[in-house]
Amino acid sequence: MSPDLLKLIFGRLGLESLPLHEPIVVGTFVVVALGGATLLGGLTYFRLWGYLWREWFTTVDHKRIGIMYMILGIVMLLRGFADALMMRGQQMLAFGGSEGYLNAHHYDQVFTAHGVIMIFFVAMPLVTGLMNYVVPLQIGARDVSFPFLNNFSFWMTVGGAVLVMASLFIGEFARTGWLAYPPLSNIGYSPDVGVDYYIWALQVAGVGTTLSGINLICTIVKLRCPGMTMMKMPVFTWTSLCTNILIVASFPVLTVVLALLSLDRYVGTNFFTNDFGGSPMMYVNLIWIWGHPEVYILVLPAFGIFSEVTSTFSGKRLFGYTSMVYATVVITILSYLVWLHHFFTMGSGASVNSFFGITTMIISIPTGAKMFNWLFTMYRGRIRYELPMMWTIAFMLTFVLGGMTGVLLAVPPADFVLHNSLFLIAHFHNVIIGGVVFGAFAGINYWFPKAFGFKLDVFWGKLSFWFWVVGFYLAFMPLYVLGLMGVTRRLRVFDDPSLQIWFVIAAIGAFLVFLGILSMLMQFAVSLLKREQLKDVTGDPWDARTLEWATSSPPPDYNFAFTPVVHDNDAWWDMKKRGYQRPLTGFRPIHMPSSTGTGVILAGLATAMGFGLIWYIWWLAAASFIAMLVVGIGHTFNYHRDFDIPADDVIRTEDARTKLLAGVK
Amino acid sequence: MTIAVNPSQTGEPVFYLADEHPHPEGYSTSLGFWIYLMSDCLIFAMLFAAFGVLGANYAAGPAPKDLFDLDLVAVNTSMLLLSSITYGFAMLTMQQNKIAQTQMWLAITGLFGAAFIGIELTEFAHMIHEGATPQRSAFLSAFFTLVGTHGLHVSCGLIWLVTLMVQVWKFGLIEANRRRLMCLSMFWHFLDVVWIGVFTFIYLLGVLR
Repeated sequence: MSPDLLKLIFGRLGLESLPLHEPIVVGTFVVVALGGATLLGGLTYFRLWGYLWREWFTTVDHKRIGIMYMILGIVMLLRGFADALMMRGQQMLAFGGSEGYLNAHHYDQVFTAHGVIMIFFVAMPLVTGLMNYVVPLQIGARDVSFPFLNNFSFWMTVGGAVLVMASLFIGEFARTGWLAYPPLSNIGYSPDVGVDYYIWALQVAGVGTTLSGINLICTIVKLRCPGMTMMKMPVFTWTSLCTNILIVASFPVLTVVLALLSLDRYVGTNFFTNDFGGSPMMYVNLIWIWGHPEVYILVLPAFGIFSEVTSTFSGKRLFGYTSMVYATVVITILSYLVWLHHFFTMGSGASVNSFFGITTMIISIPTGAKMFNWLFTMYRGRIRYELPMMWTIAFMLTFVLGGMTGVLLAVPPADFVLHNSLFLIAHFHNVIIGGVVFGAFAGINYWFPKAFGFKLDVFWGKLSFWFWVVGFYLAFMPLYVLGLMGVTRRLRVFDDPSLQIWFVIAAIGAFLVFLGILSMLMQFAVSLLKREQLKDVTGDPWDARTLEWATSSPPPDYNFAFTPVVHDNDAWWDMKKRGYQRPLTGFRPIHMPSSTGTGVILAGLATAMGFGLIWYIWWLAAASFIAMLVVGIGHTFNYHRDFDIPADDVIRTEDARTKLLAGVK
Repeated sequence: MTIAVNPSQTGEPVFYLADEHPHPEGYSTSLGFWIYLMSDCLIFAMLFAAFGVLGANYAAGPAPKDLFDLDLVAVNTSMLLLSSITYGFAMLTMQQNKIAQTQMWLAITGLFGAAFIGIELTEFAHMIHEGATPQRSAFLSAFFTLVGTHGLHVSCGLIWLVTLMVQVWKFGLIEANRRRLMCLSMFWHFLDVVWIGVFTFIYLLGVLR
């Protein structure tokens, strides 16, 4: 075939795009291919495809979509953490003339992929998954406002993850750092597909995130059960509301920034170029106007989880509910007024830097108020040290430390010394792991029995907890020290042998975290095997306080046979205290949304379009785009998207629960 | 610990709705669409901001004075504003359940919209022909992106309009279709508002600069 025809069909994709010269990547590919083949073969052998398609992929049930988000987050955690281990290994070895085992080309992709994956495809899915699962249950709703959109959003997130994963084996990923600053990310310095993978993975996933934000805001505003006024909403629902407002008010900014960067790369415009009047600094400003709220998008739901957990396991109403709500709202607003602290060194002048330094420090006030609220909730409580509570206490200790180094970095003169140093790396891992990751684990341990009807195994859970917490401190405290000594981030080799010991300690810490992740996977496996022993039939294994515990575990498709009526902040606690009797008769048909495969198809086409654009396969991009239009418009011609669960089915489900509950008493 | 009891509750407290009516279909749609429009508004806000930063960076290339033909822009603006009025008429006739007239007004709206796009494309072609391409300077990059994004939105609105006309023709002015026409109405007027900003800040202030 002529080269022109090949180029027409495959764009710039060729055999040389496969990284066959990188033994590490080839090895990974073999393992992934074998694992994938085993999984796919197993699914085919046990004839599970139909079941998966009907019950999971096409579902519009917020609970199943929530669980799928969690699975995506955990799978991507393995990938993102593999990158972390590689970096720790490289930095531990590359001393005294050694080049380590990663070449610069590969190492730069590793640290970029690590950041992108951990933020967009681990933290975001974990947080979104928990919100998706829990919020409708907490507000006594049957589903979210737009169930189809929810399914579509999830698959768009998967589409983004697929593109990032594809970059490992087909071509390469960006070598720019996780925010892809120009001019480095512009076509002149990054002519290959790496940055394009970055752009389209985030654009595809970003559509999903924005839509899911709109969806959850509507759900919380419109679908609360009778009696649940705004100031009677559980704190997790409050933090979810604020997080989703942040999502809707910040992700469009990311969309625009990436669109302008792609125009620069594809069309040759001059937004972020060095010549023809472009301004690379505008990119840095714009992306942090998204980026700083993003931090709070991740951590606010975690704050909500800790609030629920602290109150439940202290056996007390949350201390200072109102101040907690106001603190959350204040953080939401302030998060838009601090972005410039990410680049004090840009040289905006003393007054601008002072303004942003002060607003940054002010954020620690509402955050501190929250910390005291949790402490006062625990004060004189009957604290039960179950796994979720352990994660919460680890969070309180760790996050305060990370917060204090954050305030330190907020002082512009100090930041001039610490900017881009390992001190900064230690700081944000301190708050993201200590806040978001510990929060997600607290949430997983807390709500797992709700989702599956049995608790998670305590032994492996504790093992995982201790490995994680000790590993975290070993891995990141040395980085504070190194940062204060002036070591900058993203370095591949080192000259000064006296630094090596700190990197060795950090690598040991990372290995302990690795054991923590393995223990967590063991925890899931062991719990699944021991599910009969760990079973909970009450639906309320922790003697908890909010509405999600009022229904069975796992909840029926319709969540609540009758829509609850709420009189108090801690609605379920109130019901228990006032002798609520579960209704046994009078069931009616329940109106529910039907499943649809359109979301999977649309997201698949969007992913294909992204792939086409990355590789300049224009026919593929155009064809997938047109197909998306056709499928999307076709979907609007379907006016029958709901069905009724017959009263008989409701009666059968509820009677089964009555029998189970009778067996307990 | 005290449990707050609703004072209006006398006797047995009510903990669930025995007689429940599901939310009507499309219960959250207006709110959801409104929030979507606000997120879209942010997209335009960012593009305006980019234009604000880069709008005077001509890189020794053409400036607004050399490029903008205000007469043409005035015609273009009136096309879009008229299309908003006619969309309003479509909504009024929809309220009166007059299918044929609704369709007619929608069609007229579509023609005005198409005329707007046509004039805009002519203007773009003319500028590119004169060498004022998006690649020429940061000012032109920002200009083409902002105005082009607006034009892209209007084009999407046109596709949506045609789709809805087909749906009204096939299924009539049923509740779902009324809701959809309402959403498109918000979208269409929103694009009008954005265009007022474009007209003022890009064209008028540009020529003054």
